[in-house]
Amino acid sequence: MGTTTSRFAAFAAATLLAPLLAACGGQGQEAAPGSTTAAARQASPLVVYSGRDEALIGPLLQKLERSTGGKVEVRYGDSAELAAQLLEEGDKTQADLFLSQDAGALGALAGQGRLEPLPPESLDRVGQAYRAHDGTWVGLSGRARVIAYNPGKTAKAPDSVRDLTRPEWRGKVGYAPTNASFQAFVTGMRVLDGDDATRKWLEDFKANDPKVYEKNGAILDAVDSGEITLGLINHYYWFEKAAEVGAGKMTAKLHFPAKGDPGALVNVAGVGVVKGADQAAAARKAVDYLLSAEAQTYFADQTKEYPLAAGVTSKVEGLPPLESIDAPKIDLGKLSSLQETLAMLQETGMV
Amino acid sequence: MSANRSSPGAGRRPSPLLVGWAGVAAVLALLPLVYLGVRALEHGPAHAWRIVATGRTLELLARSLGLAAVVVAACLLIGVSLAWLTVRTALPGARAWSVLATLPLAVPSYVAAFAWISTEPGLAGFAGAALALTLVSYPYVYLPVAATLGGIDPAQEEAARSLGHGPLRTFWRVTLPQLRPAAAGGGVLVALYVLSDFGAVSIMRYETFTRAIFTSYRASFDRTPAAALGCVLVVMTVLLVWAEARTRGRAGHARTGGGSARPAPPARLGRLRWAALGWCSAVAAAGVVFPLATLGYWLTAGRSGAWEPERLLETAAATLALAAAGAALTTACALPVGILAARHRGRIVHLLEQAAYAGHAVPGITVALAMVFLAVRYAYPIYQEPPLLVLCYAVLFMPVAVAATRAAVLQSPPVLEDVARSLGDSPLRVLRRVTVPLAAPGIAAGAALTFVVCMKELPATLLLRPTGVDTLATRLWAETTTASYAAAAPYAAVLILIAAVPSYLLGRRRA
Repeated sequence: MGTTTSRFAAFAAATLLAPLLAACGGQGQEAAPGSTTAAARQASPLVVYSGRDEALIGPLLQKLERSTGGKVEVRYGDSAELAAQLLEEGDKTQADLFLSQDAGALGALAGQGRLEPLPPESLDRVGQAYRAHDGTWVGLSGRARVIAYNPGKTAKAPDSVRDLTRPEWRGKVGYAPTNASFQAFVTGMRVLDGDDATRKWLEDFKANDPKVYEKNGAILDAVDSGEITLGLINHYYWFEKAAEVGAGKMTAKLHFPAKGDPGALVNVAGVGVVKGADQAAAARKAVDYLLSAEAQTYFADQTKEYPLAAGVTSKVEGLPPLESIDAPKIDLGKLSSLQETLAMLQETGMV
Repeated sequence: MSANRSSPGAGRRPSPLLVGWAGVAAVLALLPLVYLGVRALEHGPAHAWRIVATGRTLELLARSLGLAAVVVAACLLIGVSLAWLTVRTALPGARAWSVLATLPLAVPSYVAAFAWISTEPGLAGFAGAALALTLVSYPYVYLPVAATLGGIDPAQEEAARSLGHGPLRTFWRVTLPQLRPAAAGGGVLVALYVLSDFGAVSIMRYETFTRAIFTSYRASFDRTPAAALGCVLVVMTVLLVWAEARTRGRAGHARTGGGSARPAPPARLGRLRWAALGWCSAVAAAGVVFPLATLGYWLTAGRSGAWEPERLLETAAATLALAAAGAALTTACALPVGILAARHRGRIVHLLEQAAYAGHAVPGITVALAMVFLAVRYAYPIYQEPPLLVLCYAVLFMPVAVAATRAAVLQSPPVLEDVARSLGDSPLRVLRRVTVPLAAPGIAAGAALTFVVCMKELPATLLLRPTGVDTLATRLWAETTTASYAAAAPYAAVLILIAAVPSYLLGRRRA
C-alpha cells in the first residue's frame, strides 16, 4: 500500500506538472494557428474548414501548398458541425475556405450570407445544376443516389423509390434515416413532390417495415449478404467496396432509378469562400486548383465520385457516365431546408 | 470506534475563500447555460416552447431515462459486487482483479460499442447501447465504493455479527448504508454519462436525447432547436443531482475514534470462490479483453492499416498534454466545491454543487458550441488555442472530480479540522495542512479519472482544438469515418494503453 500510494502521488504530481512542462517544451513547437504572434501574422496561412476527411483532402492540399508556396491549415470535422461552428463564429472566423460533404451545408451558409460569390470563370467550369444560383459555392464531385439490390433475391430493382411502399418489398429494404445523404434525398423529394406527398411516402415507406442502418456501408454489406434485398445508398460505396474486395466477389448490384425520380438525385460535395476571408485571393486560387483536371481526376480515382469539372471523366470501371443519369432537376442549394425534412422524419418516427 | 454523526461540520460557517473559489468554478460550469438560454430564446420563448412541448420530447426523455436507469442499475450491481469481492474477501488474485475492474475506464464508449456491434450486429438498439455503456462506466461506481469499503472500520460489522446477524444481513444492514453515498455519487455520474453519451448510442442506433440534439445540429444548421432540447437535459441533470443530494441523507461516515481504521479481515468465500472468480472473469472478459481483442483483430486483419509511428507519437504527446492540463484545471475547480459539499450544508453550498454538475449532462457538442460562441465574442485571443479546450474540459468533467473530492473529504474526520482551528490556524491553513493532505489520495484519484475522460473526449475536442493539432480521439474519429478500422486501431490501442496507466494505478490503490 505504501509504495503504491507514493507512486500514485508521483503520478498525480506528474499529472499536474505535465501541462507546465508541455507549455515550456512540446507545445512550443507547434506555433498555434491564428496565434497573434508577429511571426505567425507575417505569413498568414490559408485556413480551410473541411467536412471531407483527411485521407482524401490532405494530399490535395499538400500539393496546393507546393504549387502556390502559401501555407495551408486544415480543421477537419463533420460538415454540418463545421457549418454550425462557422455560423457561431460569424465574421470573427479565421476560416477562408469551407469544403463540404454536401450541398445543404453550403446552402445554409450562403443563406446566412456567410459565403463570398466566386468569379464566373471558376463557376463556369461546372454545369449549372451543380453550383449555387447566386455563385456562392461550386460543386467539386457528384454523388448519385442509387438502389442497391441482391440479384439472388430479386431479378430487378424497382425503377422508382415510390415503388418501395409496395407490399412485395415489405421488410426487404435497408435505409439509413440519420445519414445526411438519405436526408438530402428526402429533401430533394420535398422540393420535387411537395411536403404532403413526401410525408405520405415516408409514412407508407415506414409502414412497409424497412430495416434501419447507421451508414451506407452497412446497408451495402447487408444487401451483399442477402440480409435484405434492396438498399438506398450512394453509388460510390459499391465501387469502393469493389475496389477493396474485388468486383467479382460482389453479389450486390446497383440500379440507377428512372428519369427524374427523386431516388436518382445527384448531390454534390463542394466548396465556398468564407465571407470576409483575409486570404480571399489564396482561397479563390484553391477553388481553381480543386476544379483543375489534376484534382478532379484525383477525386474521381480516390472516392469513385463523379468529377464535375468540364472535360474530366471518371475512369472507374463500370461507372455509368454522369450524363446518363436522369437526375431530377432541382436547385441543390434548396437542400439546405433540411430542418423541415428532419421535422418530417421525426413526425414519421424515422429518426 | 466510529459513529454516524449528524451533519458533519454543522454549525461551522464555510470559509469565504472557499465559497468565492467555488463560485468562480460554478460560474465557469454555468457558461454553457448562458449560451443555451441565448440560443433557445433567439426566436422568442414561444418558439422554444413549441420545439420542446411535443410528444417526441417526452418519448426521447423516456428513452434516455430508461437507458440511464438500466445502465445505472447494472453498474451498481457490477460495481458494488466487484468492489466487495476485491476489497473485502479472500478472492485469489484480488489485486489483479481490482486493476482489471478499473481498466474499462480506458475504453471510449464508441470503441466498446463498435467492438460489440461489429461482432454481433443483432445487438443494435437498446440492449447494445445498455451493454456498451454499462461496461465502460461501471468503474465510476466501482472506484468510490471500493475506496469506501477499504476505509470503513469493521468494528460495526463485527458488532452486528456478534449480535447474531448473518453475513448477508450484516452487509445489508450495516455495510451497505455506509456505502450508499459513494454508490449514489457514482450512480449519478453514470446517469449523467449515459444522458450525454453520443458515441455508443449512435453506433448502436438507439435514439436518445443527445443523439437527437446531434442530429438536429447536423440536419438543420439552426442552433435553436438543439439548444431548446439541451435546456431540457439541463433540467434533468439538476433534478438528478438534487434527488441524489436528498437521498444522500444526513449520514456522515467519518470515523470519530482515535487511531486509524483497522483493515477488515477478508471474508472467506469457501465454495463460492469459483462463482466469484467466474463473475470477475466475465466482467473482465466483456469489459477489457473483448474490446482489446477486437482492436488486435483490426490491427492484423485490415488492409487500410498504415503505421505512422511519428504521427502517433506526436498525437499521443498532444493528447497527454491537453488531458493533463484538463485534469489539473478540473481538479482545481472541483476542490472547493467538493470540500464544501462534504463539510457544509445550506442553500449556497447546494447551489454551488448543482452548478458544478450543470455542464455534464449537456452533450459535448453543445458545450463546445457554447465555448465557440463565448470565446469569439469575449476571449478571442484564446479561441482555438489550448487554453480554451482545457477550460471546456473543466466545464464538461467537473462533476467527476467533485464527486471524488467530496467522497475523499467525507472519509477524513472533521474533528481534526476543528482541532486545528481551535489551535488558532486560519481556515486557509487548515485547508492546506489538514483537509487537503488527508483527502489527497482521493483527490489524486479524481484527477486521474478526469485525465482519462479528457483523453477520450471527442465532440468538443473536434471543434476547439488548435487547427492542425490532433488528439488520439480525433485521429480515431477521422480514421473510422472513412471506415479504415485498421488505420484507426493503433490510435485506439495507444489511447487505451495510456488511459490504462492511471486506471491501473487507481486499481492498485484499491488493492
